[in-house]
Amino acid sequence: MALRDSPFNEMRLPLLLSAAVALIIALVVGVTMLFSDRRETIQTQAYGVTRTMGDHVVAPVSSWITAPSRWVQNGVNAVQQYFFAVSENRRLRAELTVARNWRTTAIALQDTNERYRALLGLKVNPPIPMVSGLAVADSRGPFANSRLVNVGSEKKVEVGNPVLNENGLVGRVVGVAEGVSRVLLLTDVTSRTPVLLDRTDSRAILAGDGGPNPRLDYMRGPDPVKENDLVLTSGDGGVLPRGIPVGHAVKGLDGRWRVVLSADDGAIDYVRILLFKDFRQLANTPRLSELPAPPPTAQAPSSVTSPTVARPVASPEAQSPLSPNLAKPGERAVQQAKPSATASVTKPPPLKPSAPKPTLARPVAVSKPAAVPQAAPPSDAGDIPH
Amino acid sequence: MTLAQPLTPVRWILIPALQVIVATWLFTMPYRVFGLQPPEPVFAMVTAFAWAVIRPSVLAPFCLLLMGIGMDLIWGSPLGLWAVSLLVSYGAVLLVRNILIGQQLPILWLAFGVACALAELLGVLITQLVSHTTPRALGVVSQWGVTLAVYPWAHRLIERFDDADVRFR
Repeated sequence: MALRDSPFNEMRLPLLLSAAVALIIALVVGVTMLFSDRRETIQTQAYGVTRTMGDHVVAPVSSWITAPSRWVQNGVNAVQQYFFAVSENRRLRAELTVARNWRTTAIALQDTNERYRALLGLKVNPPIPMVSGLAVADSRGPFANSRLVNVGSEKKVEVGNPVLNENGLVGRVVGVAEGVSRVLLLTDVTSRTPVLLDRTDSRAILAGDGGPNPRLDYMRGPDPVKENDLVLTSGDGGVLPRGIPVGHAVKGLDGRWRVVLSADDGAIDYVRILLFKDFRQLANTPRLSELPAPPPTAQAPSSVTSPTVARPVASPEAQSPLSPNLAKPGERAVQQAKPSATASVTKPPPLKPSAPKPTLARPVAVSKPAAVPQAAPPSDAGDIPH
Repeated sequence: MTLAQPLTPVRWILIPALQVIVATWLFTMPYRVFGLQPPEPVFAMVTAFAWAVIRPSVLAPFCLLLMGIGMDLIWGSPLGLWAVSLLVSYGAVLLVRNILIGQQLPILWLAFGVACALAELLGVLITQLVSHTTPRALGVVSQWGVTLAVYPWAHRLIERFDDADVRFR
């Protein structure tokens, strides 16, 4: 019997009922998906197979779709460069004059910085490798702000890696698949980034709300921020390295402090992903998980101390130049004073410098654990390519 | 004014759904016009509204579910956010369908605005529930505004197909 001969053909009720049932089933599926999605975590497993596969499909298609716009953009840029070459040349000459002055200052500061580092025996962050990628899709709605970048696990990109452009921090990686990564922008409603205000060194949390200017939350102190204060990543929590430029503080129309992102002035398509994991890459995890040696018994000679006590635990490559046994007394003292690199909580053993050097053999000057990270010059961020 | 078209699922569901997906995808291109990023309208609201006005259907809710999941995958929003928002708006329009049939363009446009507002409001509630944070009101309103601007597309669909099924006139 053909469908048009069906006795139910003229009846509206079955179709209305079946449509209602279909709607309810679809709603139940949607709600189930919603509550099984754990987007806010930074764990790789939480990203889910569906999203990974979705990104895997979306990225190449978006790349094809965006190709014509990239060609047009390149063409427009070429025409602009041709017609505005003279004014561009004039602007670049002025910029070069200023940059030459800055170069002289930078060389002097770099020299001073290196001397301070040598004097204090500071162990700075190792150079962080990075990869460049092309953003192929960009969502900018109120509920999600993210980008798809065409580099993924094949380039050793991992969840949590910071993403920058030439001007500053863009966001961090929240999902990785072969050939594609999803970057959660600083403006996303779920984005929370620990930052510091460069002028006062006070901490805050940069909270995205879907708008172009994320707000500064949880600021402490009587007057921690002023208009146009430079905002940098604080490195707290170890997810992001310290010192990446984020933007400038401004007072919003709602009376709250917000940040004009530096990355907004840069290119929207090309980004750089820092292959930075967290403090684990600086620390020797197996060594940290070792049980401490038992305390010396009454029979043991009092001069014997446990080798694991108060010894800095560093990764092998970081340890080699500053081996605890071979390090100079001042360097040992600095290492012992580093809170993030030590596993013990006991008092450091007294130092007995064999060759007294006035500048290095004074552990008292660097024995404050809190003073050492702050004593690190801001150019720690110099290890971060920005 | 276009003449009424026969109501085959390919014509009134599949082709508009594909058009919506392509339009959504095109608007995710990372480019700026005079330093400004283009808006991000919810094109799928066109189909959610028009399908509900044209006639009840078994296929439409599942198609909206798939479109919502696709939008979440493209935009990176919580999986299910747009699926639920679209389906609830579709259901709401379906409930008042008898009132909307035969109305003039301004009334339908107003109803489309209310449906879009419902979807955006649900998006806010879901974000509050899932992420424990509230999206910026201005962003929500601006997305609602640009979505409202694409109503003529939905009206064209309604005009083409609302007389196609005599049972639901």
